[in-house]
Amino acid sequence: MPPDPSTAPLLTVRGLSVRRAGRNVLECVDLEIHPGEIVTLIGPNGAGKTTLVRAALGLIKADQGAVTRAPGAVGYVPQKLHLDSTLPLTVARFLCIAAGCSRAAAAAALVEAGLAHVKNTAFQKLSGGESRRVLLAAALLRKPRLLALDEPSAGMDVSAQRDLWELLARVRERRGCGILLVSHDLHMVMAATDRVVCLNRHVCCTGHPESVSRHPRYFELFHGAPGSVAVYTHRHDHHHDLAGRVRR
Amino acid sequence: MAEDFLLRALAAGGLTALVAGPLGCFVLWRRMVYFGAALAHAALLGIALGFLIGVSPQAGMLGVALLVSLAAVALEERAQLAADTVLAILAHSTLAAGIIVLSLIAPAQSGLLGYLFGDILAVSGADLMWVAATAAAGLLLLAVFWRRLLLVTLHPDLAAVDGVHATAVRLLLMLLLSLVIAVSMQIVGLLLVVSLLILPAAAARRVARTPEAMAAVAAATGMAAVAAGLQLSLWFDFPTGPAIVAAATVLFALSLAVRRR
Repeated sequence: MPPDPSTAPLLTVRGLSVRRAGRNVLECVDLEIHPGEIVTLIGPNGAGKTTLVRAALGLIKADQGAVTRAPGAVGYVPQKLHLDSTLPLTVARFLCIAAGCSRAAAAAALVEAGLAHVKNTAFQKLSGGESRRVLLAAALLRKPRLLALDEPSAGMDVSAQRDLWELLARVRERRGCGILLVSHDLHMVMAATDRVVCLNRHVCCTGHPESVSRHPRYFELFHGAPGSVAVYTHRHDHHHDLAGRVRR
Repeated sequence: MAEDFLLRALAAGGLTALVAGPLGCFVLWRRMVYFGAALAHAALLGIALGFLIGVSPQAGMLGVALLVSLAAVALEERAQLAADTVLAILAHSTLAAGIIVLSLIAPAQSGLLGYLFGDILAVSGADLMWVAATAAAGLLLLAVFWRRLLLVTLHPDLAAVDGVHATAVRLLLMLLLSLVIAVSMQIVGLLLVVSLLILPAAAARRVARTPEAMAAVAAATGMAAVAAGLQLSLWFDFPTGPAIVAAATVLFALSLAVRRR
């Protein structure tokens, strides 16, 4: 299903502000995701990307503004999941608990995700990339209309990253979900995303990847070299002294 | 009848271990050992206050446990102290207060040893009913909320997108812990309560491959420890509470010989 802006949005964020410890983490952010659309949040560390995703899913309260989600299941792939080593949990059992599904459904999902070989492995023994793929499989088992992934490609090698982006494209095509991503993987983002939102506590710029990558604000934020490969360096609004303390 | 008090002790201890096993697993998984210890120490204050204001000791224990839970959360957020510091402060201040209040109402400090180390052989028929009711309620709540409890333990955000109220589930776990500690007081006493929660669960970790198996093995291990402890106490005239904990320790040591899965 191609992205269709005329369909009702799955997620609408209007004028969202979130304050933490007297500091604005997000200021007056607008965001919309339609069915079948892949929207990627990019921005430097501390730009509020994770906060925006969590506020959009209703995991944290907004100080100002409104978040509305269309009815339907939400799939969430958090940045990391730390399990205590005292919890005996195979990957298959993890899926059953996380997605509330049967053993058969969990096994089928593992085959589909190319993870059949870790079915009976303890979750704690997975690598970072593997555990993210398991988390994604769990999110997909919930048959989400809206899928949110926080840095899903971190810790993956290049071919695993490509597989991930292909999988997301397939998911969008077959199920028509709206997908919200946080990613540092700018090269892939530009190639596989419908819309990029460049965030630095507020929305710097937003639009089609090509237009954003030509946007002066984007250059300002990322110092991107012209062309598809952007070197990810962000501009600090502070510097560090010799002891590493932040100086404004 | 000599057999009657032994049967009551066995039933009360076994029922307590039955619910302490699965709950102890959550104490391990969620790293709540110090929290459990703080609740156990605070229980003495609850008992003493219960006597002082004329409500049942159990009601006193639950009330104080609730206050300690809230104080732990509030202190951790406000005082910028690590969780173990906060819990140790709460444990020892409530224990001291408990002993002081107890000395006001029972000048000879009669019964203090019973609270510290338990008095399972003195379990009355009414006590047994209270233990049975608590165990039944605890097991029922654990069974009904099992997936939600596990989900919150895995990742609170995953639970939240699934519509599970993480804070409510956390409070349920604290309430269950308070209840089980309250009934365990008479079995092994406040100084040894935590061991009844964590020794069977720690032993079960060695052999279990799923959370459910770990909970079941922990319950069985705890019940075996109660039976063995009572028998030891009968044969050698050991104090019963410590004998139960010693038996649980032996079972844990045996579990170390099992190849870790």
